Amino acid sequence: MDPAVNPAVNPAVNPALLLLADSRLPAGGHAHSGGVEQAVTSGAVHDVPSLAGFLRGRLHTAGTVAAALTAAACACAAGPPPPEPAWGLLDAEVDARTAAPAQREASRTQGRLLLRVARRVWPSPVLEGLARAVPNPHHPIALGAAAHAAGATPEEAAMAAAYHAVGGAATAAVRLLGLDPVAVHGLLAGLAPDLAAVAGAARSGGDWESLPAHSSPALDLLAEQHARADVRLFIS
Amino acid sequence: MGANHEDHHHAPDGHGRALRLGVGGPVGSGKTALVAALCRTLGPSLSLGVVTNDIYTTEDAEFLRRAGVLDEERILAVETGCCPHTAIRDDIAANLDAVETLEDRFGPLDLVIVESGGDNLTATFSRGLADRQIFVLDVSGGDKVPRKGGPGVTTADLLVVNKTDLAPMVGADLGVMDRDAAAVRGARPVLFTSIRQDPTAATVAAWVSEQVAAWSHAHAAHAS
Amino acid sequence: MPGRRAMRAGAAVATAPAPGGGTLVHRLASAPPLTLRQTGPSTVHLVSTAAGPLGGDRLSLDIDVAPHTTLELGSVAAGLVLPGHGTSEFLVTARVGAGARLRFAPEPTVLAAGCEHRLLVRLALAADAEVLWREEIVLGRHGERAGRCHARFDATRDGRPLLRQEFTVGDPALDSSPAVYGAARCVGTTFLTTPVKEPVVAEGVAVLPLAGPGTLVSALAADAVELRSRLEWGERAVRPA
Ligand SMILES: Nc1nc2c(ncn2[C@@H]2O[C@H](COP(=O)(O)OP(=O)(O)OP(=O)(O)O)[C@@H](O)[C@H]2O)c(=O)[nH]1
Ligand SMILES: [Mg+2]
Repeated sequence: MDPAVNPAVNPAVNPALLLLADSRLPAGGHAHSGGVEQAVTSGAVHDVPSLAGFLRGRLHTAGTVAAALTAAACACAAGPPPPEPAWGLLDAEVDARTAAPAQREASRTQGRLLLRVARRVWPSPVLEGLARAVPNPHHPIALGAAAHAAGATPEEAAMAAAYHAVGGAATAAVRLLGLDPVAVHGLLAGLAPDLAAVAGAARSGGDWESLPAHSSPALDLLAEQHARADVRLFIS
Repeated sequence: MGANHEDHHHAPDGHGRALRLGVGGPVGSGKTALVAALCRTLGPSLSLGVVTNDIYTTEDAEFLRRAGVLDEERILAVETGCCPHTAIRDDIAANLDAVETLEDRFGPLDLVIVESGGDNLTATFSRGLADRQIFVLDVSGGDKVPRKGGPGVTTADLLVVNKTDLAPMVGADLGVMDRDAAAVRGARPVLFTSIRQDPTAATVAAWVSEQVAAWSHAHAAHAS
Repeated sequence: MPGRRAMRAGAAVATAPAPGGGTLVHRLASAPPLTLRQTGPSTVHLVSTAAGPLGGDRLSLDIDVAPHTTLELGSVAAGLVLPGHGTSEFLVTARVGAGARLRFAPEPTVLAAGCEHRLLVRLALAADAEVLWREEIVLGRHGERAGRCHARFDATRDGRPLLRQEFTVGDPALDSSPAVYGAARCVGTTFLTTPVKEPVVAEGVAVLPLAGPGTLVSALAADAVELRSRLEWGERAVRPA
């Protein structure tokens, strides 16, 4: 039925966004804790309130950067100009914003796996072009390009990125600490305005160099400590 | 790592790539011991790679590397974020990535063995990851395990009942296990092993060799 | 609140090759409250000749290190950022030429309660320039809650991005997040063009090899003394004595 005449169909909600943000998207995300595993080991995250602080901090730093770069990648994929020559430059902008090697590695691993999944689920010349130009793209680059291939807008891509920045970390905390999953989902629901703000602030136009670059020194430390841990359940 | 521009690994029919063999089963049943035995026995004639899925550490990978049964670079460990069965069934991306990394680095390979983290009786490999799977039980779990079934026991291409040397000690009746397994598995094969007594796991290795031969015959790179 | 008006001031320092080789500090332009003093053949110190910066101030410092020259820039005292009318801003731009060396290591910036500060750094490096750039931020004077601050650092090398970082301070829930500063009251970084092979971590400090040619030492600490010692520890890990 034509959405215009059926008010039950809300064209503003893109189903592709749900697929991209779903933790069941088989792109390896379940094995990343976004620093939570090390924060649990160190004791910094130990209950629902400390997890709340962690997630909010993560969203407004790493999440803000990821959302902005993802939106930029989605816009870049949409062109014009043809995106292929630009992927390397945009990818370098993510590199420059990710000081910790363990985080760069985690981002590229997740980016590569997402690109693999996206190429099969939403086959498109844009994704083939990205795979040629940057076979191991940073996650925001892969997510932005995949979002475009799936028919999502840069704003929607930014929302998926913002949610990705906290969703996986929240699930990891549930598993590691045995937290009440309903309480943790309550936290995520409470972050809805923040998610909207972070995604809304990610603009798709303009120059790349001035995109957000929020640093989270504690996450950098946690990531490198985690990379050195002997016992580890999560990749990052 | 994994710079699979051409994505040939994804040829849905598997042409031009190695047979991927999943080895699953409950904790401590002897999966790693079996993988080591297969490397020992098949290594001289086949080009191999191994991916391990550990729950905590890279212990299994370390064990295999120390065992010296295979060039240690050909053994990759995947971290599974608390959920070993997710990594072999629902979200196989990290495992596929590891398999493809091995093929990119050392290919063409004949066989890539993926050992799952010891989990539970319901954990089986996705068909998107493993072309064949072996489910390893051990007799010390009790002789009623095959009767209880579960997807691993019933659907695996090969069921291995290991540690038969312990059967007298734990009072397990191998005859009962054989009969019960046959009842739930139909014609699918069951092999009884003691890797302690036969570190070459000769019978299992023979079955795997047949699978590799059949696979490479059916999926040769230039076959049409 | 110190009784003075908001100021607009731009200071500058530039080097040139000395006739017999070496460095000549050939331009030193002070503008109160930013006063520059030459304290050695290639050493300059920033001397504050008025309180602040305070709200409404727009200060800038331009650093130009000519090819094959050396400059060391420090400051004589910590900068105390105070509230005033509106936001204060300190913009530092630096160009470091081919084969030139810059060491920028001023005393910490202390964000007094109620301040609203913006600290912008733009660093443009030639391919083989050598730089050590240290920044330390103290979240409030003793026992005081920090004001607000937005710091941004952009370093490019041959026009390509090498390090881009922003720090925001002033939302207590975010500042104390275990993902951001946690329990720390001081945050600091030292950016170096010297590469290291492997990351190194210790209590409150990490030595991070960047994707491009360079290293970031990143530290969190309870106080300024601990912060300095952590950063220096990391800097030594980059340049073994
Ligand atoms: N008695 C006896 N012990 C065996 C046999 N096969 C393996 N084991 C021992 O059983 C223990 C577990 O073997 P592994 O190969 O590590 O088992 P696994 O299934 O890989 O274990 P997880 O990966 O931890 O789930 C080891 O101590 C082995 O030496 C066997 O045939 N007989
Ligand atoms: Mg094992």
